[in-house]
Amino acid sequence: MSETYYDLMRRQGISRRSFLKFCSLTAASLGLSEAGAQQIAQAMQTKPRTPVVWLHGLECTCCTESFIRSAHPLAKDVVLSMLSLDYDDTLMAAAGHQAEEALEQTIAKYKGNYILAVEGNPPLADDGIYCIPGGRPFVDKLRHVAKDAKAIVSWGSCASWGCVQAAKPNPTRATPVHKVITDKPIIKVPGCPPIAEVMTGVVTYILTFDRLPDLDAQGRPKMFYSQRIHDKCYRRPHFDAGQFVEHFDDAGARMGYCLYKVGCKGPVTYNACSALRWNDGLSFPIQSGHGCIGCSEDAFWDKGSFYDHLTTIRPPGGLGIEGTADRIGLGAVAVAGAAIAAHAAVSAIKQARSKTRNDKVSEAEK
Amino acid sequence: MNIDRVSGQVLSGPLEPIYVYEAPVRLWHWVMMVAMLVLAATGYLIGSPPPSIGGEATFSYFFAWIRMIHFIAAMIFAVAFLVRIYWAFVGNHSSRAIFLPPVWSGRWWRGLFNQVAYYLFLKKEPDLWVGHNPLAQLAMFAMYTLGTLFIIVTGLALYAQQWGWGTWPMNVMGWVFVLFGDPQEVRTWHHLAMWYLLLFAVIHVYMVFREDIMSGESVIGTMTNGIRMWKRAPKP
Repeated sequence: MSETYYDLMRRQGISRRSFLKFCSLTAASLGLSEAGAQQIAQAMQTKPRTPVVWLHGLECTCCTESFIRSAHPLAKDVVLSMLSLDYDDTLMAAAGHQAEEALEQTIAKYKGNYILAVEGNPPLADDGIYCIPGGRPFVDKLRHVAKDAKAIVSWGSCASWGCVQAAKPNPTRATPVHKVITDKPIIKVPGCPPIAEVMTGVVTYILTFDRLPDLDAQGRPKMFYSQRIHDKCYRRPHFDAGQFVEHFDDAGARMGYCLYKVGCKGPVTYNACSALRWNDGLSFPIQSGHGCIGCSEDAFWDKGSFYDHLTTIRPPGGLGIEGTADRIGLGAVAVAGAAIAAHAAVSAIKQARSKTRNDKVSEAEK
Repeated sequence: MNIDRVSGQVLSGPLEPIYVYEAPVRLWHWVMMVAMLVLAATGYLIGSPPPSIGGEATFSYFFAWIRMIHFIAAMIFAVAFLVRIYWAFVGNHSSRAIFLPPVWSGRWWRGLFNQVAYYLFLKKEPDLWVGHNPLAQLAMFAMYTLGTLFIIVTGLALYAQQWGWGTWPMNVMGWVFVLFGDPQEVRTWHHLAMWYLLLFAVIHVYMVFREDIMSGESVIGTMTNGIRMWKRAPKP
């Protein structure tokens, strides 16, 4: 508990010069000033390392795959120098009983002081039997480890929202972490997977400043999720100009026009892809010619085709009628129109009849 | 002329013209109509953009103009609605009708059933009303008032997105996204609300013409000059 990050880095043969470089790069990736770099350096030299326990529930490990590709800071720096990753069944050397033992030791030793990172989510149906790591339901393990955690990081859309395993009809009742653990601060880092630099950035921030970053109303760190893909998209001028890709093989696609009409969810997706990009800033989906599928938003998997901008709506009750808002609306207006025409016709007939009757009455009166 | 003060039903004659819709109400009505048409047209185009434009992006601002017209019309729409709410407090009896159907009045409920029976051709002649008949009032409240409130709130939330979380527009409107779960859901509901209001408009226009021709009151003229004229005496 007494060893600091800096001690450990020096012990691993990292020079002070490299250490300071690392601090400034990390500060830059977090959007902090030069003073921020000094703060990070200060924190890492004085604060004891905070252990992190990384649990895997119902998931595909794409979050881990993304995490280990982080360039700023390098994942190896985070894992070996910053993070005291005491338990992660994918990345740790130990396995089986040894691994579970390490977990219990961490919980006992750092009670109320460790960060719990959750990748994936617990399925709740049938007492949680659809996800059994280490011989017991994941939901039990999650509750057990979360009880003594300081804070929880929900990695990816699985832990944050539920993701594909929670898609309708969600047979295993896969449930996001914040609906199972309600008494701990939870920070959501959605995305399928989240951007590597976002993941390491969030961890670095929590560890160095010893507090959670500013969160928006939906629990995501503002520094990475406050703006939409659309707001910083380099194809935005084509959107404003009305220049759209109509098909993936047309001239507009070759010209790099806006992908709005082929289903891009950039305008409704909060993430940092268009600013940070992927694979060391190389590219991101829109740059490679495919619309954003909105993977960091809640229920993106239940919104119909990735290639339609408007959501497919399925009326409740499984009637099998599908459509967009336009088809449903136009249908409703058409039905109303037909009803009106019928009503108007009957009204006209009634009116005409009563008129003839009135005329007859008045004639009789004469 | 004997009028029930709560429901606005005309109980007995002699009938004389009554000033029903005050100038701000009439002005609001026609501003709403124009704004709604502009909003529906531009809103539909935002959901399903027109064919792509060629050339350099520098020289075109076509889609942005569609959105800007939508936003301007939306602001006028919202402000007109706000002014209308204000007028409900200071205006006459009819200015409150679309916000507060008098569900506590037995006469109003009887009038509602009579009106339904009249439209189903089960009753020959409708009752006479100073303002809206109870069915019209209920439809105005459920479709126009609630629909408009809903479309303004979801619309302002979608509009606030351009500034992002942590800015004052999102601090004010962010709860909408928490309520719906995600922005795409808000879009879809905003879009459905447009059709809900268009559905209202279609029914409204039909009813207005039908009532003007067949009922015992003036209707279209009333929204122009504010005065309700009568064509016959109420049935006892």
